Amino acid sequence: MNYEAVIGLEVHVQLKTASKMFTRVAAGYGAPPNTLTDAVVLALPGALPVLNKEALDKIIKAGLMLGCTIAPVCKWDRKNYFYPDSPKNYQISQYDQPICLAGSVEIELPGVARNVMGEHKQIPLTRIHLEEDVGKLTHEAHDSLVDFNRAGTPLMEIVSEPAMHSADEAFAFLTSLRTTMVQGGISDCDMEKGQLRCDANISIRPVGETKLGVKVELKNLNSISYVRDGIALEIRRQTAVLTGGGSIVQETRQYDGEAGTSVAMRSKEMAHDYRYFPDPDLLPVQVDAAWQATIRATIPELPFDRQRRFIAQYQLPYTITAVLVPERDLGDFFEQVAQLCSHPQAAANWLVNDLRRELASGKIALTESKIRPMHIAALVDLVEQGEISMTAAKEVFNDMFQTGEAPAAIVIRKNLKQSTDSGALEQWVQSAIAANPRAVAEFLAGKEQAINAVKGAVMKASQGKANPKLVDELVRRQLLAVKP
Amino acid sequence: MSASVIFKSVAELSALLAAKSISACELMQAFAARTTAVEGRVHAFNSRDEAGALSLAAASDARRAAGQTRGPLDGIPIGFKDVIAVEGQPLTASSKMLANFISPYDATVTTKLKMAGAIPWGRLNLDEFAMGSSTENSAFGATANPWDLTRVPGGSSGGSAAAVAAGEMPVALGSDTGGSIRQPAAFCGLVGLKPTYGLVSRYGLAAFASSLDQIGTLTRTVGDAAQMLKIIAGHDARDSTSLSTVMPDYSAALPKKSRPWRIGVPKEFFGPGLDAEIGAAVQQALAFYRSAGAEITEVSLPLTAEYAIAVYYLIATAEASSNLARYDGIRYGHRARTTTDAISIYAQSRAEGFGEEVKRRIILGTHVLSSGYYDAYYLRAQKVRALIRGEFMSVFQNCDVLLSPTTPTAAFKIGEKSADPLAMYLNDIYTIGVNLAGLPGISLPCGFTTGGLPIGLQIIGQPFGEAEMLTIAHTYEQGHAWHTKYPNL
Amino acid sequence: MNPSADINIEYVARLARLALTAAEQQKLSQQLGDILHYVDKLKQVDVTGIEPMAHGSPVFNVWGADVIMAGFSVDQALQNAPEQRDDSIVVPKIVE
Repeated sequence: MNYEAVIGLEVHVQLKTASKMFTRVAAGYGAPPNTLTDAVVLALPGALPVLNKEALDKIIKAGLMLGCTIAPVCKWDRKNYFYPDSPKNYQISQYDQPICLAGSVEIELPGVARNVMGEHKQIPLTRIHLEEDVGKLTHEAHDSLVDFNRAGTPLMEIVSEPAMHSADEAFAFLTSLRTTMVQGGISDCDMEKGQLRCDANISIRPVGETKLGVKVELKNLNSISYVRDGIALEIRRQTAVLTGGGSIVQETRQYDGEAGTSVAMRSKEMAHDYRYFPDPDLLPVQVDAAWQATIRATIPELPFDRQRRFIAQYQLPYTITAVLVPERDLGDFFEQVAQLCSHPQAAANWLVNDLRRELASGKIALTESKIRPMHIAALVDLVEQGEISMTAAKEVFNDMFQTGEAPAAIVIRKNLKQSTDSGALEQWVQSAIAANPRAVAEFLAGKEQAINAVKGAVMKASQGKANPKLVDELVRRQLLAVKP
Repeated sequence: MSASVIFKSVAELSALLAAKSISACELMQAFAARTTAVEGRVHAFNSRDEAGALSLAAASDARRAAGQTRGPLDGIPIGFKDVIAVEGQPLTASSKMLANFISPYDATVTTKLKMAGAIPWGRLNLDEFAMGSSTENSAFGATANPWDLTRVPGGSSGGSAAAVAAGEMPVALGSDTGGSIRQPAAFCGLVGLKPTYGLVSRYGLAAFASSLDQIGTLTRTVGDAAQMLKIIAGHDARDSTSLSTVMPDYSAALPKKSRPWRIGVPKEFFGPGLDAEIGAAVQQALAFYRSAGAEITEVSLPLTAEYAIAVYYLIATAEASSNLARYDGIRYGHRARTTTDAISIYAQSRAEGFGEEVKRRIILGTHVLSSGYYDAYYLRAQKVRALIRGEFMSVFQNCDVLLSPTTPTAAFKIGEKSADPLAMYLNDIYTIGVNLAGLPGISLPCGFTTGGLPIGLQIIGQPFGEAEMLTIAHTYEQGHAWHTKYPNL
Repeated sequence: MNPSADINIEYVARLARLALTAAEQQKLSQQLGDILHYVDKLKQVDVTGIEPMAHGSPVFNVWGADVIMAGFSVDQALQNAPEQRDDSIVVPKIVE
């Protein structure tokens, strides 16, 4: 029998704010233990929560970017459970009135080849709500240590519908979501820092069946590739169980990415009874049209929209856009170059290949690069106008990457201007023909590529400054002239 | 000298300080000496720092000498119910759970009082986590009523009331969730003010029931209550439920009267269960107002009378079960020594750290929020609460204030009701509706029983109607001398 | 059905993380039974169409700007900790 997987994701994203969700002590990653606390974070007697307006703005922005409906009124609920990393022993969350409803994430599946755009799909969302993160537990030999620095960090929970059917779709969902959140300035989404975390609900059912199978919750998917590999593993596991005549047990499993295995977590002593109730310390939030409009005005173009536009407007190849678009800065940089020069495809090649390579090897951020859009535009124009050769252009690029000088100035300083002085060129061509009788003979006998030896000698004589098109023309003309 | 100052009002002491008839140090010494003398019998304090208070008094004197005095409270000792945070001082909530807890921060009211030059004078006893009406539920022993040491001072702010009544300080802060300031004020012959919900910041008040709690004062006079309110009221960015409202000058508002007051009398608050002497005292107060030109109308609060206690015990215990979850012995507080795993450490630490009444309310509150019961209990209680608030608001269409007894009986004997929790809860019948509706209320002395126990008169105001409520209370006080009486200790 | 009859003290005590002795459980069952019986009277009230009142006052949109304010030093944060090591709170080993 053939089985179909049904996958829903619960994604937690830390919002990028200066202070915490319910108090104004600093939020952040990597500080020494218990240095980002106050009375509210530690839940001391008498401490009270106060909402962070920026966190509200950010989740509304996330919701609008994902096409959610923003609830006119949302409220704050307490989720009651005891755990050492939870200072109040309740988490402030949103239970039955979340701030964002519905919406979707556009995903791209792998194409038939690397240079072909894959199929696009919309994966529907159930809801997005705002809550607070917990502290961090470090397990030692005989006891555990608690650091409350992370406790109270604004945390957005994005819940998808069970609408994905393969590990690739889940991978694409998370990749797209991450790009969108990063480009919206909502989160840095660094999975290593725990800024993006993902749990998956997975079930399988016979193809054609409409009822959902028994679902298994998969946790500890600590990187995007673990999400893909862990889900693929779970689908294989469930398929093997059913194929072998067994049945799936509803459980939570912990994925071990290094080992590529998963184990069932010990079931809790009792079913969760979180005793949700409205937090009396926090008042409900009303989001009106004016507030939504203010946020909407700050939303950047969505990545896939930009990719489609780059292809249509600039005739860029898919593979180039697939590199330009995921990095917001690089895409912006490209558009600035494109405004300044008439050959956007050539400009895109410089960015995607040369600039990215140099930035990566120097570990430099694009914003700190000495090369600005005007530099690339000027360089492209110099090449297109035949002022410098491609070889010279590479040298100009490397120079301006180091110095930030304008390309025209570098061309003059390094004397890289392509030679168009036909007197000198004629001279070099004659010398080259005289020096390569064998190649000349072969060419005249009909071997086309033999001309390259002659042209190469000319280029060498000109120290690379000769315009290759002009050289080709002259060499051919003179060879035909000597032809008996 | 001490006998001449210990029963004076804040206003009188302020005048003595201003006239330099007495120094803040002398005043502090007088209260400290009085406290030493009576504390063995009253047990109003959980802890006190006499040396610290004296050094603050010296600083106050220095300010005064330099002409930099901070106003009428500068140099006045003020007691804190042991649930309100003062940096560097214990905060026990009268619980074994917090027996060794030192607050690393100030409550907003504490900051405001320090800015005004007031001297924090001691941590005052209460029913553990403010759960009770007698101050018998304290891990550190019961407080006695200074008028009759065999009786309770009321609760939960019983330490605050007893300390002021016994002359250990002129004013104390309390908190009122269902009557916890007004009822002890009534039992101890004081003025107890519970402000409108949201008028005074709760930041730094260890929460019992967040939607009902409000900090207020226990004073000798209505004027002192107004003076204190002026200092502690106002919007606080640290308390989301603290409201931005235009603040009248409560003390300046006191003597004014623009038109005849319309006083409503809820008939249900004079029914069976009301002690006859108390009923008579309140009737005399009504007669006073009538003769002063007020229009007295009988009003009806049937839902409040019938359902307020049930609503209160569902909402307050539900909120408390969650508010008290933080007391787990992990980050602070009592940690059981007998356990080795993180799961049982909670149950054991909490079992050892909490007293019987607290456990009872946590269990009740947990039950009413638990799966399958939420709608029947908690949600329904919230709806009836909305109806009760609506009932008060409709009565206020035709009344400026409501007037009633504060309690059905005068102070009862220590141990008399501690075996029957429900009977104890029913004692809060007249005060609880005010908290459910978020209204201001004040209790002021209006006589004594034949046994010599104080009787309290409750005036209930409209939301943010403190100025009018205080003015009406002040008028009664001006026409009577009850507030000048004090117990023989 | 009278819901007061089915309060499961053992279950609720476990939810509330309170270790109760058998004697305490029995006493609480009886007392809470009385109280729950008393509050059952709320069933008589017609609450059709009534919005539940979850807050002391009907206000919306209260928040603070995202501006960092000073918090506690490590010493302040841990000053009341029952057990600490390496600037962290120590808890007994967690058994999942």
